[in-house]
Amino acid sequence: MKEIDELELPGDVRYSATHEWARMSGDTVRVGISAYAQDRLGDITFVEIPQVGASFAQGERCGTLESAKALSELFMPVSGEVVAVNSSLEESPELINQEPYAGGWIIDVKPGNPAEWEILMTSDAYRKMLEGLE
Amino acid sequence: MRYLPHTDRDIAEMLDVVAAKDLDDLFATVPAACRRDNELHLSEPLTELELSRHVESLAATMAVSPEYRLFVGAGSYEHFIPESVRYLLGRSEFSTAYTPYQPEMGQGTLQAVYEYQTLVSRLLGMEVTNASLYDGASALAEAVLMAIRVTGRKRVAISRAIHPSYRRVVQTYVQSTDFEVLELPYLPNGRTDLSSVPEMKDLAAVAVQSPNFFGCIEEPKAVGEAAHQGGALFVTAFSEPLAYGLFKNPGSQAADIVCGEGQSFGIPQSFGGPSLGMFATRTQYVRSMPGRLVGQTHDAEGRRAFVLTLATREQHIRREKATSNICTNNSLCALAAAMYLASLGRTGLRELAALNRDKAEYLKKQLTTAGFRVPFDSATFNEFVVEVPAGFDAAYERLLEKRIVAGLPLGRSYPELAGCYLLGVTETRTRADMDDLVRELKS
Amino acid sequence: MSEFPGATGLVLNEPLLWEKGKVGRRGMSLPRRDVEAAPVDEELIGEVPDLPDLSEVDVVRHYTRLSQWNFGVDSGMYPLGSCTMKYNPKINERLAALTGFAGAHPLLPDRLSQGALRLMAELERFLAEITGMDAVSLQPAAGAQGELTGMLIIFAFHQSKGSPRSKIIVPDTAHGTNPASAALCGFQPVKVASNEQGILSAEAVAALMDEETAGIMVTNPNTLGLFEENIREIAEIVHAKGGKVYCDGANMNAVMGIAHMGKMGVDVLHLNLHKTFSTPHGGGGPGSGPICVTRELEQFLPVPRVVREDGTWELSEEFPQSIGKVHAFYGNFGVMIKAYCYILSMGRDLKRASQLAVLNANYVKARLKDVLHLPYDRPCMHECVFSDKLQRQLKISTIEMAKRLMDYGFHPPTVYFPLVVHGAIMIEPTETESKETLDQFIEAFKAVVKEAAENPDLVRNAPSRCKVRRLDETAAARFPCLAG
Repeated sequence: MKEIDELELPGDVRYSATHEWARMSGDTVRVGISAYAQDRLGDITFVEIPQVGASFAQGERCGTLESAKALSELFMPVSGEVVAVNSSLEESPELINQEPYAGGWIIDVKPGNPAEWEILMTSDAYRKMLEGLE
Repeated sequence: MRYLPHTDRDIAEMLDVVAAKDLDDLFATVPAACRRDNELHLSEPLTELELSRHVESLAATMAVSPEYRLFVGAGSYEHFIPESVRYLLGRSEFSTAYTPYQPEMGQGTLQAVYEYQTLVSRLLGMEVTNASLYDGASALAEAVLMAIRVTGRKRVAISRAIHPSYRRVVQTYVQSTDFEVLELPYLPNGRTDLSSVPEMKDLAAVAVQSPNFFGCIEEPKAVGEAAHQGGALFVTAFSEPLAYGLFKNPGSQAADIVCGEGQSFGIPQSFGGPSLGMFATRTQYVRSMPGRLVGQTHDAEGRRAFVLTLATREQHIRREKATSNICTNNSLCALAAAMYLASLGRTGLRELAALNRDKAEYLKKQLTTAGFRVPFDSATFNEFVVEVPAGFDAAYERLLEKRIVAGLPLGRSYPELAGCYLLGVTETRTRADMDDLVRELKS
Repeated sequence: MSEFPGATGLVLNEPLLWEKGKVGRRGMSLPRRDVEAAPVDEELIGEVPDLPDLSEVDVVRHYTRLSQWNFGVDSGMYPLGSCTMKYNPKINERLAALTGFAGAHPLLPDRLSQGALRLMAELERFLAEITGMDAVSLQPAAGAQGELTGMLIIFAFHQSKGSPRSKIIVPDTAHGTNPASAALCGFQPVKVASNEQGILSAEAVAALMDEETAGIMVTNPNTLGLFEENIREIAEIVHAKGGKVYCDGANMNAVMGIAHMGKMGVDVLHLNLHKTFSTPHGGGGPGSGPICVTRELEQFLPVPRVVREDGTWELSEEFPQSIGKVHAFYGNFGVMIKAYCYILSMGRDLKRASQLAVLNANYVKARLKDVLHLPYDRPCMHECVFSDKLQRQLKISTIEMAKRLMDYGFHPPTVYFPLVVHGAIMIEPTETESKETLDQFIEAFKAVVKEAAENPDLVRNAPSRCKVRRLDETAAARFPCLAG
């Protein structure tokens, strides 16, 4: 396990209190889990991803991430419809550990409500929250 | 007391370390209102000799082989257990260990369970077998719940020719839910009547037992087709897996879940338990499977090793969303089954299965020759139903006096079969035993 | 410094069963064939399952070697919290294996099974006496099945009142089986947090208890090894709203002869015969999970029940309100025999067993708390829970210390449970460990803690004395290989 100051928390994404990140690009939002989340979960062995076309509310459970001995649920950082899923995670869930903000992305969402973006945390706010957790 | 090693001096020293004045003082956090107001009303501790004499006297009242000659199976079978299996199972490194959560200290149990999973998968013709469930009945209940999970449907069709106790346990497991259990009747030949399956919409599973409770071999292909046509899973239960040493196994007949009782494989009958819930499925469903699984991996030096795996399905991790609430299973019974199957081997398994079948066929033939009717004409294994003449109860009682138990009366579980008995024979009944039974029944 | 039990010796390799053997060998003497072969419909015949053919010597060596890779209570101290790994008396094994019991068929007329039925009836009475409950069913095959049975009884109770309920309160310290059993019964578990003392507060329960809630599942003593001191008040709150109190009795070993579950307000309780009552755990089972209830709930217990009619023991189905059957027959009778023998051997000394179990746990707690963080520093019952907080700054975690303990010849404690303690180390010594053994364990744990500071790689790379080194559990889960 890494210390908080050893974790990469890029500034080009926003964070949820449940440790998902969201990156706006054009009219979709890409979603993954933060370096903190993958570090605490450990080597990821299996990812259960929602299907393209499914819609969820902000904060709704939409998937599951598993390591050998732990389980973490994936929650929607913004509401909307899933428009793409990262199918390479099926064969290589370790991508989430290796590059959480790039090859380890999980889903693309067409956001339902732009106002929700503002509820998400900046990297500074998220780091502050993590320091409070430990 | 020999199980309590503390001397008075030990106790005094330890109380001192924990800053308690006496043993009662350790329980200061137990409020007075939660305490007993009397001492335990139990007898003085028995000595080992007194205990032995007492328990031996209880055991002596039981009707067991060889004093009694039993022709009863019905889910509990008297098979011969080689001494080597009994002996190995008694090794306390196996029996006094806990679930191998720390794999470095439990490789013995882990490899043995992995081997069990493999041998049973081969026996049943399935891809994945779990580390055991409690018994055949709860295994069927778990199979029904798994089929409901996999299909997202809420109704299952279960053959009336499945062991009555297994069906009752399924009813218990679903009584507080909105799941529905429909019953499939049986045909005049003793096999399950599938004609109503196409009308039963949205089934999660169609379940039969083969050999079924009457000993009849079902036609699994037909059941599988009926199930799969409606999008349901095909579940095969069993109470006598020795049959698969001779007859086609469920996996070769397209079963999706196979579940049943493994007591026949080296496990004493023990008044019905502990026994062995066997449970197998196809790889595609493994994440919906109940129970523990042992998998192969390697250690830090690259050596082959075994570990509990896919644990994220289980209650200690997934809690209320787990695939089952099972924790303690019947691991030692699984070891007995693996030891027994390893002792038999493929050659021995076929030979023993054929011997069982032939003995039962011999008795069946002697009885029909003597004028008894066998109502179901399907092929059977080990067990078959016999119709008895009116007034047979007296003969049954007379036989009990002669220490022969002439089958299990069926009227209680199947009112329509009042006047029929289920007879069971294994390799432990000799031809002379069977001849005696037939002679007594004729007289 | 004493000599620790951990040492290295010659360990033999052993391949998988099917990697040895030759077709045509046999390891078992089959009873004589004294009948002719009967014809079989060719259509029904299957292929012979591909099992290896081995000799009796092959089989005996195979399992003897495997057994030597295992560690059991007979090998050494096994302080696995919440599991009560006490000594398993040998006489009980012999008595359970008596032909009269081991060879008993479950479906004979009752008069041919009097000894077994009497044993069951007496064991029920003993368990009722020890717990302070009114009636007992021995049918559940393990603790989790006892929980399900208890949940079904509570469900049946509410249904009989014409008002089924949907929720059940479960503390955050509960075993995973509790919410899983509740969910299996169709209840929605509602989590209640324990307070800063590690126990439930009456207010927290009162805030959640309503008339949609069927009751509460409490483990007492709880999984932090603490007695739920507010249990009476909590029971009153639950009862006032028409709910029932379920107690997980996994930790009964702490309070035999001391606490009275009935007086506490418990309505349903399960026991684990393979914990409190000394029956061996078998490397995962079989266990036995009897369920104890109040008089009011007795009518719902599983059937058949053992009753006495005119001096004869009988199995009776005459309980129309019963939830039905949970086992094909009557439960794990072979396990019941061992528990019965244990109770007769201990008699009133059961209370002393609990006292010494609690003494041992408090002793370990007192002597380790200067080197391990103790999140709840209160008098404990039969187990104590530490954490790796002090070692975390050294980048040494619970699992690493647990693995290193193996090298010293001890089975590690339960780790990472209960979930409310980060990096939990849960130690349950049980009463059958002597002071010398405890001292040795304490010394070993202190040595590990010292190594964590002075030679952390030694701890990180542990164990080094077992048959295998640390396993790749991630590979096992990513690429499951579940059969050979």
